[in-house]
Amino acid sequence: MSIAITTQIICFTVLSLIIIIGALGVVLLESIVYSAFLLGGVFMSVAGLYLLLNASFVAAAQVLVYVGAVNVLIIFAIMLVNKKEDLKPINDIKSRRIISTSICLTLLSLLIRVDLTNVWNLSSPQNSIGEESTVRIGEHLFSDYLLPFEVASVLLLMAMIGAIVLARRDVMSKDISTGLPVDQELIEKSSEPLLTNKN
Amino acid sequence: MEYGLDLEYSFNEFLKGFGLSSEIAHIIWLPLPMLLVLVAAVVGVLVTVWLERKISAAAQQRIGPEYAGALGVLQPIADGLKLLVKEDIIPAKADGILFTAGPILVLVPVILSWLIVPFGQNLLISNVGIGIFLWIALSSIQPIGLLMSGYASNNKYSLLGGLRAAAQSISYEIPLALSVLAIVLMTNSLSTIDIVNQQSGAGILSWNIWRQPVGFIVFWICALAECERLPFDLPEAEEELVAGYQTEYAGMKFALFYLGSYINLILSALLVSILYLGGWGFPIPVELIAKFLNLPINAPFIQVFTASIGIVMTVLKAYLLVFIAILLRWTTPRVRIDQLLDLGWKFLLPISLANLLITAGLKLAFPQFFGG
Repeated sequence: MSIAITTQIICFTVLSLIIIIGALGVVLLESIVYSAFLLGGVFMSVAGLYLLLNASFVAAAQVLVYVGAVNVLIIFAIMLVNKKEDLKPINDIKSRRIISTSICLTLLSLLIRVDLTNVWNLSSPQNSIGEESTVRIGEHLFSDYLLPFEVASVLLLMAMIGAIVLARRDVMSKDISTGLPVDQELIEKSSEPLLTNKN
Repeated sequence: MEYGLDLEYSFNEFLKGFGLSSEIAHIIWLPLPMLLVLVAAVVGVLVTVWLERKISAAAQQRIGPEYAGALGVLQPIADGLKLLVKEDIIPAKADGILFTAGPILVLVPVILSWLIVPFGQNLLISNVGIGIFLWIALSSIQPIGLLMSGYASNNKYSLLGGLRAAAQSISYEIPLALSVLAIVLMTNSLSTIDIVNQQSGAGILSWNIWRQPVGFIVFWICALAECERLPFDLPEAEEELVAGYQTEYAGMKFALFYLGSYINLILSALLVSILYLGGWGFPIPVELIAKFLNLPINAPFIQVFTASIGIVMTVLKAYLLVFIAILLRWTTPRVRIDQLLDLGWKFLLPISLANLLITAGLKLAFPQFFGG
């Protein structure tokens, strides 16, 4: 076995382990902040998998979009909300957990079955386009995938307008759900340290 | 343009002479450029710290470091040693894991970005195809580390500093990426090597700064904001936030932040010189000089000479920009947070978008000047 293949196998094993353990941590950990940071780790490892597949542009885009934008905004929102309150205990938490676990396991078994039964049309490593993939992605985006690309931009524009309307306090002076006047203060008001309750 | 020193090839041939297989030779080669660049980055930081101390002293009519070595050149080493031997404190009510991971997450992407900084035709760690895009992607990881350390310190100043750092770096990333995109549009490639080669035609006249003056200014402002240098050092504004996300840090962990910010400054300066100031190119093309002196461009002597000129030019341009950044830091006041965000979203973003559009139009109209 050549050194390159050994390195690849080691990288793949480590990345997959990080993805699986990290994803479990995102779901199972009590602390929402830890979950958010672990999510970033999972996104990074997925980018690593793309790199192993010779898709460096997709890997960089994954880091830029998912880690740099999505994950940062999730963490940002968690820290801005800055609420330290204990969640209300739910009575039938056990049965809920059993139901959600069984649904997830069913989905997992379905995916595994698809993976095993489907005949994957894999191209040989010699045919991989490697560095040229950036150009190919661009060509596809402006030819056969033009319509989905443009529709996605319209969708993003709608989301942006919605966010601006929600964020502009002078447009929405009342809270939509409660009807109470909205707190007009700046967001950077004096705030308690987040972890004061920790032992 | 396949000339220039190929150290890797010569090194591998040299090792094969001892009867090693090419794979082993490659593995022995791999860590060498990485170590070299790491050492270069750290030495660059030491020089920048010394420059910062001396130039700030000159700006305030002081003498600055004087006794540690000639002109105080050993002062940064003394600073580093002091930080090394200090006690490594984790505050009692802080979150230990995140508190430790934060500085690492800030420093690692910055060092990783040196992968794509070329000092010559073959003088870079890896000419990856995504080139400059790799830097943009990696620099977007940093805010996570800042938020992490801000949160884990369990201190309201730290948290506010971390939030400000993240907001600032998200807002300035977009105009930064757009101005890089205009360059990429002219080069038809993301690779830093191609970007420099595209500017090497007519020496100083073909540098991108003449074709992208607006992009240059936008990029420089955004790079300063990404480095959190004054006028944009709100995340660590000492009058308001003690030291922002660094407040609770001491010893080596603080040193990691310190190192990270200075490596980032040098990296930004290097990238400005690569994208806009012709990278390793001499103001007069080296080929022209060689032709004028009737010297063959591929002779080993000329090759070594051009490679050293390339390194000197890259470093010189970068340090010129570092000098400007230091002067800016010690002569300008800090902007307010609303001015900062206004500048980013309402001024730089539209300007860089318009710049991109005009570049695309000019590329169609004058393909010979703006890259066909």
